[in-house]
Amino acid sequence: MLSTEDRQLLELISQDCRLSPEELSVQTGLSPEHITKRIKQWEDDKVIVQYHPHINWEKTGEPQVAALIEVKVLPQRSFGFDKIAKRLIKYPQIKTVYLMSGGYDLALIIEGKSMQEVALFVAEKLATLEHIQSTATHFVLRRYKQDGVALMGQEETPERLVVSP
Amino acid sequence: MNKYLTPFVREMPPSGIRKFFDLVSTMKDVISLGVGEPDFVTPWTVRESGIYSLEQGQTMYTSNAGLPKLRQELSRYMNNTYGLEYDPEDEILITVGASEAVDLVMRALLGPEDVALIPDPSYVAYGPCAALAGARVRYVPTRAEEDFRLRVKDLEKVYTPRAKLLVLSYPNNPTGAIMTREDLLPIAKFVEEHDLLVLSDEIYADLTYKGVHTAFASLPGMRNRTLHVSGFSKAYAMTGWRIGYVAGHKDFIYGMTKIHQYTILCAPITAQHAAIDALASAEQAKQEMVKIYNQRRRLMVRGFREMGLSCFEPLGAFYVFPNIKSTKLSSEIFSEELLREEKVAVVPGSVFGPSGEGHIRCSYAYSTEQITAALQRISHFVQRRL
Repeated sequence: MLSTEDRQLLELISQDCRLSPEELSVQTGLSPEHITKRIKQWEDDKVIVQYHPHINWEKTGEPQVAALIEVKVLPQRSFGFDKIAKRLIKYPQIKTVYLMSGGYDLALIIEGKSMQEVALFVAEKLATLEHIQSTATHFVLRRYKQDGVALMGQEETPERLVVSP
Repeated sequence: MNKYLTPFVREMPPSGIRKFFDLVSTMKDVISLGVGEPDFVTPWTVRESGIYSLEQGQTMYTSNAGLPKLRQELSRYMNNTYGLEYDPEDEILITVGASEAVDLVMRALLGPEDVALIPDPSYVAYGPCAALAGARVRYVPTRAEEDFRLRVKDLEKVYTPRAKLLVLSYPNNPTGAIMTREDLLPIAKFVEEHDLLVLSDEIYADLTYKGVHTAFASLPGMRNRTLHVSGFSKAYAMTGWRIGYVAGHKDFIYGMTKIHQYTILCAPITAQHAAIDALASAEQAKQEMVKIYNQRRRLMVRGFREMGLSCFEPLGAFYVFPNIKSTKLSSEIFSEELLREEKVAVVPGSVFGPSGEGHIRCSYAYSTEQITAALQRISHFVQRRL
């Protein structure tokens, strides 16, 4: 279990990883030295995996297509899900790999520059892999919210009085 | 047409905040730290409940006292949080914001023979509401050196045998001061010895950043002397819904309900439905907001101290109340010049009573970016004055 202080630190960093140890110190009341040490530890332990900005690519005009692929895997003796997943994560086109409960086994998110590029990858690379029984491709039409951030339909900030009792 | 107003209303001074608001409204690009309400929007689940109640056609009056379900939930909430027991049948009244509750308490308990004791500085409405009820007011000074806590020695100095009602309002607007159980016990003793009643406005109770809030009514012997006033505005970011409540002895609640039924009838039903949901499902959202306020609070206290102003550590509400005496300016002049020169709006402490002089009220119900930018501008202003 995380301590309240650690949780608060991680939450602050997850919202804005540009905050310096000094800025974090002011907001949390913890010393900058403690914070630096803690963050280093989390980085070493891969609790903090990566720092990256959250980009809304649709707004850049850059062509980008994403698809969710349902994958059914042929269960075989001594060839578990982990093994096939390990092969899949090596493809840079595959951004996400999840093992799922329910009607299929693996969920992948694949990104490419066009539908054709993604479809080709699925047909030629993915579906032909040994132990993969079937795939079903669902293209993303629009992103409304991602990783907790609303990408469209944002409410306007309501106006408050400038001074009130 | 002024002559038609009653002399009392004619002579009643407008809130000092209003004056300042008018000034700020004429200017552009102002960063304001002058707001006494959360910057958060009401949690979605609460808003959705209000909308759903409208879809269901819940648009009628409720009983004068408020929806039974809301009173039951409040009764449970006060019991769980403070160990207070109020019968939802006849000891809780739902009001239009805590403001109406303050007015009802004053009007039900005070008359021309009575005196109300009010801490100074404090929220702008207590004095005028007591005066509107016909009573006289004596202000009890509090000071930064004592973390703006109310002290018995100061109560004794202003006490008169005509004193009937003591107002408590902790966590305090404008100072951010809190009163712990230990701080409140001598006050309770004083109240008992002098046979006083208490209006305890605990609207900021959930915004307490150290220790736990003590409800005054939960102290030994205080339950039947206290009108416990609170509401949903601050903790659940629901200011515009106008929904509050008062709990106390059933005879007092009965008296207040009579005034309420003739003047207001009932609190808005949509807000009552939303409030039920706030109690049932917005606890986590509330805690999240409290956590963020606390981060901003630290940022602000440190900011003022770094620019060389003394600033006592406020442990409640969402205000800091730094001391600006070293600039040799009155709080009103400080605020006006700061607004003109640096376009930052704060509220002069004097607006909240004579003991607020020499301080400014700055709200941290703003994003950290806004707070940081405002602090920088205030710092420039202060450096030119020191």
